Amino acid sequence: MELNAISIGFVVFTIFTLGGGIGVVTTRNLFRGTIWLMVSLFGVAGYFVLLSAPFLAAVQILVYIGAIAILITFAVMLTRSVTRIKTRYIRLVPSLIASLALFLILLLGVTVPIFGGVSPELAPETVASTRDLGAALVDENGYVVPFLLASVLLTGAMIGAIFIARDDTD
Amino acid sequence: MVPLWMYLAVAAALFSLGVFGALSRRNAVAVLMSVELMLNAVNINLVAFWRYSESSTDLLLNGYAFTAFVLIVAAAEAAVGLAIIITVYRNRRSVIPEEAAALKG
Repeated sequence: MELNAISIGFVVFTIFTLGGGIGVVTTRNLFRGTIWLMVSLFGVAGYFVLLSAPFLAAVQILVYIGAIAILITFAVMLTRSVTRIKTRYIRLVPSLIASLALFLILLLGVTVPIFGGVSPELAPETVASTRDLGAALVDENGYVVPFLLASVLLTGAMIGAIFIARDDTD
Repeated sequence: MVPLWMYLAVAAALFSLGVFGALSRRNAVAVLMSVELMLNAVNINLVAFWRYSESSTDLLLNGYAFTAFVLIVAAAEAAVGLAIIITVYRNRRSVIPEEAAALKG
């Protein structure tokens, strides 16, 4: 792997993604955990840029960092005042063993050609652009049905979230 | 270009971190954050396979569009999940998942 802009970007975004992930699962203060989550999601958005999917990177930053992380911040603040959780973890050792074993199995699966041969990984030069995605989303031979179903799902989730979290004591 | 397996290895590490957090954290909000990490690892995998597959020369968009829909479902999941956590907290004054056991048989 030669040293160029993509390699350097890959290393930087790997540090962001995995460092943020470690911060999320180890920090005691959940508010700081939210900040670490934002760092990790930003690294994932960087991967999307490296993989020539700039639209997904923009959506990642807008939806995840802009909306979901803020939502989690609200949840942390709304539930923290009476929360006195002494220990951070339950089942620490079994969880650690299970996730480490899962990581090793997955790493073996992606590096050693057990499930068929490893193809010469030459990425195609030209890929579909955001314009192609926009056209395919409203094309009747493309993704118009899942697109409409996603709209219904978002509406249903919004109404459901409001209904569940509504305070009906007064 | 960075070879495909390096993206897959990073995604595997991120997914394992998410599994560890979801299994071991005591706070329900932290569990939900770990689930978000796992979803992001899957998204990295989907986009990487789309980018490195032969089909993207034909301007096929399956992986790209699938990742967009995963993002939509993740947003819906986060909204409903946090609403449930806030409701459980309001009723039981607790965000520990084990204590929300009213439906347990």
